[in-house]
Amino acid sequence: MTQLKMTVNGKAASGEVEGRTLLVQFLRENLGMTGTHVGCDTSQCGACVVHVNGEAVKSCTMLAVEANGAEVATIEGQAAPDGTLNTIQQAFQDHHGLQCGFCTPGMVMSAAALLKDNPKPTVDDVRHYLDGNICRCTGYHNIVKAIMAASGQDVSAIAAE
Amino acid sequence: MYNFDVEMPTSIADAVKALGREEAQPMSGGQTLIPTLKARLAAPSVLVSLHSIPEMKGVCKNDAGDICIGGATTHATVAAEAVDYPALASLAARIGDPAVRNRGTIGGSVANNDPSACYPAGVLGSGATIVTNNREIAADDYFLGMFETALEEGEIVTEVKFPIPEVAHYEKHLQPASRFPLVAVFVAKFADGVRVAITGASENGVFRWTEAENALSGNFSASALDGLSLSGDKMISDLHGSGKYRAHLCGVMAKRAVAAAS
Amino acid sequence: MPKDHGIGASSKRREDVRFLTGEGNYTDDINVNGQAYVYFLRSDIAHGTLNSVDTSAADGMEGVVKIFTGADFEAVGSVPCGWQVTDKHGEVMQEPRHPVLAHGKVRHVGEPIAAVVAETLEQARDAAEAIVLDITHLPAVVDMKEAVKEGAPKVHDDLTSNLCYDWGFVEENKAAVDAAFEEAHHVTTLELVNNRLVANPMEPRVAVGDFARGTGDHTLYTTSQNPHVIRLLMGAFVLGIPEHKLRVVAPDVGGGFGTKIFHYQEEAFVTYAAKVCNRAVKWTSSRSEAFMSDAHGRDHVTKIQLALDKDNNFTALRTDTYANMGAYLSTFAPSVPTWLHGTLMAGNYKTPLIYVNVKAVFTNTVPVDAYRGAGRPEATYQLERLVDKAAHELKVDPIKLRRQNFIMEFPYATPVAVEYDTGDYVATMDKLEEMADIAGFKKRREDSEAKGKLRGFGVNCYIEACGIAPSNLVGQLGARAGLFESCTVRVNATGGLVVMTGSHSHGQGHETSFAQVVADMIGIPEDMVEIVHGDTANTPMGMGTYGSRSLAVGGSAMVKATEKIIAKATKIASHLLEASEGDVELKDGAFTVAGTDKSVAWGDVTLAAYVPHNYPLEEIEPGLEETAFYDPSNFTYPSGAYACEVELDPETGQVTVERFSAADDFGNIVNPMIVTGQVHGGLAQGIGQALLENCAYDSDGQLLSASYMDYAMPRASDLPFYDVDHSCQTPCTHNPLGVKGCGEAGAIGSPPAVVNAVLDAMRSGGKDVGHIDMPVSPHRVWEAMNS
Ligand SMILES: Cc1cc2nc3c(=O)[nH]c(=O)nc-3n(C[C@H](O)[C@H](O)[C@H](O)COP(=O)(O)OP(=O)(O)OC[C@H]3O[C@@H](n4cnc5c(N)ncnc54)[C@H](O)[C@@H]3O)c2cc1C
Ligand code: FES
Ligand code: FES
Repeated sequence: MTQLKMTVNGKAASGEVEGRTLLVQFLRENLGMTGTHVGCDTSQCGACVVHVNGEAVKSCTMLAVEANGAEVATIEGQAAPDGTLNTIQQAFQDHHGLQCGFCTPGMVMSAAALLKDNPKPTVDDVRHYLDGNICRCTGYHNIVKAIMAASGQDVSAIAAE
Repeated sequence: MYNFDVEMPTSIADAVKALGREEAQPMSGGQTLIPTLKARLAAPSVLVSLHSIPEMKGVCKNDAGDICIGGATTHATVAAEAVDYPALASLAARIGDPAVRNRGTIGGSVANNDPSACYPAGVLGSGATIVTNNREIAADDYFLGMFETALEEGEIVTEVKFPIPEVAHYEKHLQPASRFPLVAVFVAKFADGVRVAITGASENGVFRWTEAENALSGNFSASALDGLSLSGDKMISDLHGSGKYRAHLCGVMAKRAVAAAS
Repeated sequence: MPKDHGIGASSKRREDVRFLTGEGNYTDDINVNGQAYVYFLRSDIAHGTLNSVDTSAADGMEGVVKIFTGADFEAVGSVPCGWQVTDKHGEVMQEPRHPVLAHGKVRHVGEPIAAVVAETLEQARDAAEAIVLDITHLPAVVDMKEAVKEGAPKVHDDLTSNLCYDWGFVEENKAAVDAAFEEAHHVTTLELVNNRLVANPMEPRVAVGDFARGTGDHTLYTTSQNPHVIRLLMGAFVLGIPEHKLRVVAPDVGGGFGTKIFHYQEEAFVTYAAKVCNRAVKWTSSRSEAFMSDAHGRDHVTKIQLALDKDNNFTALRTDTYANMGAYLSTFAPSVPTWLHGTLMAGNYKTPLIYVNVKAVFTNTVPVDAYRGAGRPEATYQLERLVDKAAHELKVDPIKLRRQNFIMEFPYATPVAVEYDTGDYVATMDKLEEMADIAGFKKRREDSEAKGKLRGFGVNCYIEACGIAPSNLVGQLGARAGLFESCTVRVNATGGLVVMTGSHSHGQGHETSFAQVVADMIGIPEDMVEIVHGDTANTPMGMGTYGSRSLAVGGSAMVKATEKIIAKATKIASHLLEASEGDVELKDGAFTVAGTDKSVAWGDVTLAAYVPHNYPLEEIEPGLEETAFYDPSNFTYPSGAYACEVELDPETGQVTVERFSAADDFGNIVNPMIVTGQVHGGLAQGIGQALLENCAYDSDGQLLSASYMDYAMPRASDLPFYDVDHSCQTPCTHNPLGVKGCGEAGAIGSPPAVVNAVLDAMRSGGKDVGHIDMPVSPHRVWEAMNS
């Protein structure tokens, strides 16, 4: 067992893990932060995306010990302390970018990473950036639209209802 | 996953030492190894993480003008920093997805030598040199077949050195499920000739298409490949394409790569 | 002006807030104190005699609580099938026993053989590896036509053959249909495969069983679309637990698409094991397990023929389909290729004579059951591919041929036993032609050709039967359940409402749209209405969500219950207003006396119901809570017309969807934003089926597409923006909201448009191959172009 310490959403977090404990297991099981999801075992679906030291990673494909000492950001830390949704979250709600919500934490975290690197992406940029995030419900239309809107771009030309 | 210890050395020397332990295995980005462990297809008792070794990270240029990429450099870093070798940066930028690129590394990819991986085509197509903790291996001597390389037990890829060609391009046709290449071709034109490396197609892993190289060395244009073809016999045949189809794609991708490079 | 609240408004979804902040409560997020974990040892061969399961080495391993094998479940019931089909000879289908854990034989890759309960999942898995199986391999049957041949290996030794049933519909019409073909001016014939799919909701299945010894109460938390159905099937048929001692909770569920309707062995296992082990037992499916244990979808092989007269009128249709059941009958499997498929074969056309034959076949593969659309996509695909083929053979415009044969008058009784109440196929086709910019296609094709690409345009219509279903009708057809829906509306003293519905939401947004309806009926803000679903402990017996039935059936029950509430509240109000009941009406949240300015607010009436000081106690009971059950009198019939434009790279065979237009008629619409989203999702799954998705087995019954490495899930970069319209509205005539259902349309209507477009593109490149099977992968296109 290894004793871990990291910062999760700005707060100190610690726990005991085995070598094989995945970061997503540490978050879900040790810390009880179940917002980060697991949708596959081949590292493809992206339901588990979190940020480690500011970079998007699949928390199902990283050992918890590798995040020792790191700054980790998860879906639970995205809204303001009073619960106000951030720009991306709000755009997802406004543009109906989620249905069952299972892929959503990973989508929001991926979108945040994209907009950090590329604040005014094209539609093509957004679609390709999401290659590692699978959504089975929305057909992506409204996810792409929401991310475009969150980047401050005009989405009125993208078909709505 | 079976359980294992994790070691996090901070120097190559310590990593090599740690790899001397019984049933030890290196792990770089884990983007291949962790899914493999989850499926219980590997059972190391010690995982030696190469992630915290500064001397294995980064992109730089040596005196000979080669681009040198540390073995533990992520695909994302190569995509952003290999500006002197745009075809290679572009290859790195198209591996998997952004989260995979933030963890997966060149050393891991080259060590794994997946028959459908991207880097082996870039490395072989560039005539790069694989640097390990105790020797240098020319790409032509390094890739030995599907998932097989010249690496010895406990030997790690610490760096890959790429000579910079005059022009180059990587053309990738996706396998629709895994998003690895179904077939991809790396073409590089150097002053002394052209190299063409193909991944995704052969049952023996990445290979050079010498016939195409010869034709292109005389005339670096897509039309130089007219009439050339590969046999589908020893090519991978699966749900996503027959050997024959893959052989056909080799020609199409090679032409497109040449057209984009010239 | 779009409405900003109530019915017809695109109200933002209230459930989004918890999903966007990581506060959803999915089944895997639930952990019960002291729970143990189960790992299922699954068969890695398709067919074999299970001689022995030796757990002796595993029993004492670290962390092991108990290991179960098939023998432990001999006294337990078999996993039931909820629908019995009667074949064309009047015989009932062959129905094999479906054990919780394999016993005697294994019949598909993935079938659970043993279950290890341990302190941790990894310990359970370690112990499972120490279990020694003695299995004699048997030849596997995978191909349906081979499976029904004389002498084929039998999946079930105690059945007479691998044929589950041979269904003829409508059998009495067969001779007349055949005669019409004799007289036909032209006959178009098409043989095709409807590819096997894996539903793949992003949340894998999870089941947590809990047992309280002190009270004898069982609880099952499960990823289900219909917790009451699971309670009934598992309680009554498998484990013998009376419903009052069994609570089933399906909390937030991460997508279903049909595959979470069914009762699965793992649910029964954890419920049973929790009692035996006297502690909670949790199972979380990995995605790899999901591929070999979630019921698959589609998998039909069909020959279909259309007879036309000299004026190109459709005169008769006949089909011959093999439908894969897999190794066992999943919950609704027998109904999918029959009553959900044969009854839809008229489509949008007035073909007077139709005969459908379906042979359902057992094979050594994962059971096949309903997947988004269930039977209706298969019907639509065959018919719309066939009509397109006929148009090309006859050299007539495919849209014109369709229009010429449209049903124009409603209600319309089809020759396949259903009556369409309303529809306007001309209107949706008109709308589609406008959306698809057919005039601009020529230019777009030229632009593609300038890039060395081919461009194709394809169109299709669809009709579906939703809102299942009239219970007495489905009872006659073999359903072993009613298909009503239920709702309890509880009004609190201060006027807020709790609406407890038997429907279930796993992405459809009921918490928002259902509240819109009730708020609108009473004239109060939507946030005064809370929707509760998914827990048998606090909702009335309901049948759940599938078949696009929630609003049409569940919503109707809710309307009925709300009407009862309003009726009672009006009585109370008339007492308070000292007016006669007939003069009091409810509007905008207040009761007023017609022609006066006397009124009493909703909240004052509800308070009076619970503080009945000034109250007609001798006439009515205090309180304000009503339950209603609604049983529909017919199916609903959404319909529409879809168009797809593809670009095809002739060198690689790669197809990309460039444009997709969908004109749907869903009747009335409660929340346009949600409806549009439902269509988007369906389109992605339909385009996925057409271009990418393929669940393939090899001849030994090994699953070739067993993970996302080989099963191609559509990604954002594979799909276009969709152009969706639902302004054509012919309201349903037989439910109070006039709604028809929208959840499956996209998946039903899109595959033929895509394939028709690909074939059009190939023709424009000089290659007329007549047909190409889905998924239209680059490899297949290239082979067809070079055949
Ligand atoms: C969703 C997804 C999509 C992907 N798509 C692509 C793609 O399109 N193209 C592509 O090429 N790849 C793709 N990959 C693979 C990815 O690029 C991996 O990162 C890479 O193949 C392995 O690198 P790694 O650093 O993660 O290696 P690891 O997983 O850490 O290790 C892989 C193997 O190499 C060994 N190893 C690791 N580092 C070294 C070293 N320095 N020296 C010696 N041995 C070492 C390990 O012991 C292990 O056997 C994808 C992966 C995923 C999860
Ligand atoms: S859980 Fe699927 S990528 Fe991490
Ligand atoms: S919203 Fe359900 S998977 Fe994306």
